[in-house]
Amino acid sequence: MTLVTEILISVLLVVAGIFGIVGSFGLLKLPDPMTRLHAPTKATTIGIGGVLIASMLYFGLVADSFSWHEILISLFLFLTAPITANFIAKAHLHREVPVSELPPTGTDRAWATYDHDIAETAPNRNL
Amino acid sequence: MIELALTFAFSCFGLALLFNLWRIVSAPGVPDRVLALDTMVINMIALLVLYGIRQGTGVNFEAALLFAMTGFVSTVAYCKFMLRGYIIE
Repeated sequence: MTLVTEILISVLLVVAGIFGIVGSFGLLKLPDPMTRLHAPTKATTIGIGGVLIASMLYFGLVADSFSWHEILISLFLFLTAPITANFIAKAHLHREVPVSELPPTGTDRAWATYDHDIAETAPNRNL
Repeated sequence: MIELALTFAFSCFGLALLFNLWRIVSAPGVPDRVLALDTMVINMIALLVLYGIRQGTGVNFEAALLFAMTGFVSTVAYCKFMLRGYIIE
């Protein structure tokens, strides 16, 4: 029992570490900003999820002081990671991609994020 | 065995922090810098939780939770500033 838990926790920690370093290395290595968004928001989130599960198992089974804090942290991170990714993608689109270079949407409407284009980007266009 | 795995995870996330620092110094655009800062916060939370496992205390969880919240709010504020030039209007 103890050996099985130890092996489980160790494997989770090693896998989490590998995911974390892959995420940060992808941030350096991938070619353009929209693909660079993938690495930290997916790989690093899985990495920290692994660390938190390992911590839960450790405190629940080895140290005998189970706590719910890890679930709180991982829920918060898993909820906020897509939101920040969406925000950064939107900022990138509005700052660095001209409207003429966007692919067609395939419907009658244009890209919804550009509906209020003048109001959204006016303060930055003159910088 | 857990000690060894902990050391491995510590070095992985430490190296990841160095990568993020390098990205912040040499990023091609401002959104990349914000993304690197966000990743730095997440790696820092992982380091805090790992330190808690090594010390055997649950005191660091509150700090990790606070880190997560301030990281999220600061990333959103940076993006808002990039888009509109103001944070609170």
